[in-house]
Amino acid sequence: MLLIYGSPKEWDTRTDDEVRTLMDGYGRLGADLRSAGKLVRGEELQPVGMATSVQVRDGDTVVRDGPFAETKEVLGGFYLIEAETLDEAIDWASRIPDAQNGTVEVRPVVDHSESA
Amino acid sequence: MQDAFVRAAERWPRDGTPANPGAWIVATAKNRAIDRIRREQTLVRKTELLARAQELPEDEEAIIPDERLELIFACCHPALAADAQVALTLSLVGGLTTPEIARAFIVPEATLAQRLVRAKRKIRDAAIPLRVPAEHLLPERLRTVFAAIYLVFNAGYGPPVRRELCAEAIRLALLLATLMPDEAETHGLHAFLLFQDARRDARVSADGRLVLLDDQDRSLWDAEETEQARAALDRALSLRMPGPYQLQAAIASLHANDVTDWSEIALLYSRLLDFTPSPVVELNRAVAVALAHAAGEGLALIDAIEGLDDYYLLHSARADLLRRLERNEEAAAAYERALALAPSEIERDFLRARLLQEQRGGT
Repeated sequence: MLLIYGSPKEWDTRTDDEVRTLMDGYGRLGADLRSAGKLVRGEELQPVGMATSVQVRDGDTVVRDGPFAETKEVLGGFYLIEAETLDEAIDWASRIPDAQNGTVEVRPVVDHSESA
Repeated sequence: MQDAFVRAAERWPRDGTPANPGAWIVATAKNRAIDRIRREQTLVRKTELLARAQELPEDEEAIIPDERLELIFACCHPALAADAQVALTLSLVGGLTTPEIARAFIVPEATLAQRLVRAKRKIRDAAIPLRVPAEHLLPERLRTVFAAIYLVFNAGYGPPVRRELCAEAIRLALLLATLMPDEAETHGLHAFLLFQDARRDARVSADGRLVLLDDQDRSLWDAEETEQARAALDRALSLRMPGPYQLQAAIASLHANDVTDWSEIALLYSRLLDFTPSPVVELNRAVAVALAHAAGEGLALIDAIEGLDDYYLLHSARADLLRRLERNEEAAAAYERALALAPSEIERDFLRARLLQEQRGGT
């Protein structure tokens, strides 16, 4: 799982040219992931103002406006990819245009299909 | 061992009896074991088996050098925290036991054991590869390996000096240089550690005080180790790929000469700054400049350094230069500052001795 974090302030103040360059980068990355057969799914998330947090405590479902954590960097999107090794995942992650100014968290997915 | 005998029975009539049948059989057994290891799916099992494979007799070493390099890079992968890298390398490459490593880093055994378990789990679950990194990643990945080995050495160098740990770091550095002989910095690191280790007995005086390099009793330096260090440095330099560890080793080599060429040392520190800009390196350069040219020049450089206000050695260096410039009141104030910031009793004793000298009007 490649989780893409960035600063909304930074995103909102991008120029048209910067946005175009970014979208080109994402376009190329998506195409390469697909042709390599590595892409499972990738999405851009709606802005963090659209986020809703859900917690269940003592049987009560607590719903709140906003993301899980109020941090400067928020989750902006993700790629779910197939990678043989961490280094391969890191390689793809480094190509994510928002990795330049933000952070990509690389986390393995738990394989529930594996037999003990 | 059984299948090695089977193989022997199959091969000898065809290829003729090998010159040393005993060794051939052990070698074959080991090769078969390695093949089995390679077929293992889980990395953790693989690394554990390889670790056990390290325990096989020294003279068979030529058969499995490659896997150890992969193991070093896996243990020092940047996805692992630095303390995990060190613990894992000492455990899987160095063959140290968990209690030994815990003692070395003065952490409870349970903590160390957990650290190792978590690290191995991360290697397995995050799919950290058991591979020598690709060409374009090698420079930065080598840096993390060097950093881990140097951490081990520093932990051992103290003061107080703990020989076993320093020796282990040097063993790891030598292993790395042997496995990557064409990488100049591996020899550079090896040389640098040897130069420092050679001075270990002169570092702390009989009454337990820290002795600066220039004041050290050189008869206490390990001459043979210094020679080994110079040889390693030569190996590095012959590859014509300069780097920070080679520079640090070259500086140490100059210090080991009968007459210290401070101006050459100042030059090397300047080059080192190009590789690893750091205020500590700037400080060392400033001191070298002061000794090569003029105290005032060095002092100006020190005063321009940012970010070391809490570093006791900066203030003691300032104090020293102020003393040379006979600005005694300022020197005393700088010594006081250094004393307040010194990290351990050994450094404090050293500074107090200098401060006493200062208050008595300097020498």
